[in-house]
Amino acid sequence: MSNILEVKNLCVSYGGIKAVKNISFEVPKGEVVTLIGANGAGKSSTLRSIVGLVKPSAGKILMNGKEISGKSTEQIVAQGITLVPEGRRVFADLTVLENLKIGAYMRKDNLEDDINWCYDLFPRLKERHWQLAGTLSGGEQQMLAIARALMSRPEVIMMDEPSLGLAPIVVQGVFDIIREINKQGKTILLVEQNANMALHAAHHGYVMEVGSITLSGTGQELAENESVKAAYLGKARNKK
Amino acid sequence: MEWFSKNLPYLLAGVSVGGQYALIAIGYTMVYGILRLINFAHGDIFMVAGLMMVYLSATMPVYIAIPIVLVATVVLGFLVERVAYKPLRQAPRMSIMISAIGVSYLLQNLALYITGGLSQQYPAIPWISDVVSVFGASTKRVTVITPFLTIILVIALVVLIKYTKIGMAMRAASKDFETSQLMGIKINSVISMTFIIGSFLAAVGSLLFFTNYTGVTPTVGAMPGLKAFVAAVFGGIGSIPGAVIGAFIIGICENIIKGMGWTTFSDAFTFALLIIVLIFKPTGLFGEKATDKV
Repeated sequence: MSNILEVKNLCVSYGGIKAVKNISFEVPKGEVVTLIGANGAGKSSTLRSIVGLVKPSAGKILMNGKEISGKSTEQIVAQGITLVPEGRRVFADLTVLENLKIGAYMRKDNLEDDINWCYDLFPRLKERHWQLAGTLSGGEQQMLAIARALMSRPEVIMMDEPSLGLAPIVVQGVFDIIREINKQGKTILLVEQNANMALHAAHHGYVMEVGSITLSGTGQELAENESVKAAYLGKARNKK
Repeated sequence: MEWFSKNLPYLLAGVSVGGQYALIAIGYTMVYGILRLINFAHGDIFMVAGLMMVYLSATMPVYIAIPIVLVATVVLGFLVERVAYKPLRQAPRMSIMISAIGVSYLLQNLALYITGGLSQQYPAIPWISDVVSVFGASTKRVTVITPFLTIILVIALVVLIKYTKIGMAMRAASKDFETSQLMGIKINSVISMTFIIGSFLAAVGSLLFFTNYTGVTPTVGAMPGLKAFVAAVFGGIGSIPGAVIGAFIIGICENIIKGMGWTTFSDAFTFALLIIVLIFKPTGLFGEKATDKV
């Protein structure tokens, strides 16, 4: 299996603070890969540096074998990778439909099919296509943020904490969608604090702690790992 | 009725001046909307457009000079942004504001150097400088044209912002740079476009404004610039309809006050209005609640 995204020895620092310390990982084509870890572990910084919103201080990021690190965000996005940002960040003053259209900003072809595809995935968005995005509920905004990202027809979708601040039932819906999108051929790199859900949805997982990757394995392996259970799944180590 | 016929010339002049302020105010409000910057150089770009018209019309026919003035003003606005504001994109907002003040003085001083500080006679533009009679009040044709031209341009602008792709990008970028970049929007192009539109409208405004005045001096941009800025704040800075309505209100009030014989106080009125607006409704007529960019 070929790796669509490779991160090699990535370092990110803000001023003197090193947020990401020399991490390496791969994202194989067609898989769901997750980075889990606590607040401040450097997960978001990793995603933001992949997409060029922060410049890595060292290391390489390769997409389909081509180096993308150091390029501007719009050049990186044009390579077929996109980020659903933390906190959704839908354009509140634009309608739902406009949010979808702006997701396809770089495309010049007909958007009709993709818009209908998004409406099929998220029927609520179709009902509310004329509403301002700011009037949607948190869950609907997350749906819109994902749909907006899909509109650019990316090969890789990165999601930064898509379940943050959502009701459990809605979280379940978000993960169902993640599986569905993956089934339709998109590669997904998922950053989550909800380790349980993320590991069960993912083929591969990496555990980040204070800027470094401390564990890796398949989603299943990590979900069963004792130290992961203790630290992230809320299960005490010695309880039988 | 008697009041009306007595005040008609002032009312006409007010609507006309209001339109000219509106054309300048849009430049302030759009730039603020996207960069959160008060572009202090905007009034001076307006002045430079006037000076260019003075010098160009001396060597070529007016119908060639006008398009050149429009294009050159747009280029000037574009260059000011690229040279003085773009390098400061990551800098604190105060730095870029000081840079704007610097550009303002630079343009004024260049103009002072070129004109030698003397008032330059603005050319009479045929047809629009002609005197016409409206309901018995005689005035220049430009007075009648200005409000209509302003409204046509504003409608065109609103359509551009509401229904085109670049307009959508402008609306998105004015809320969230980072997410806009994730959509593949080139922020710098969007910002340049904003300055281009603002400068174009200021150039049109200068053609209309100076036709009613005799001369262009290096500091002539300051007063209309300030008043257009007050109009933008009054209407709610960041809002285009707000800036236009604010400009018309200020233009009309000023001239009515002049008509009542209190010419001395007409400028004071505008700035008193600014203070009152800032005290009682800091977001202006159509301003949004101050939700700062995060």
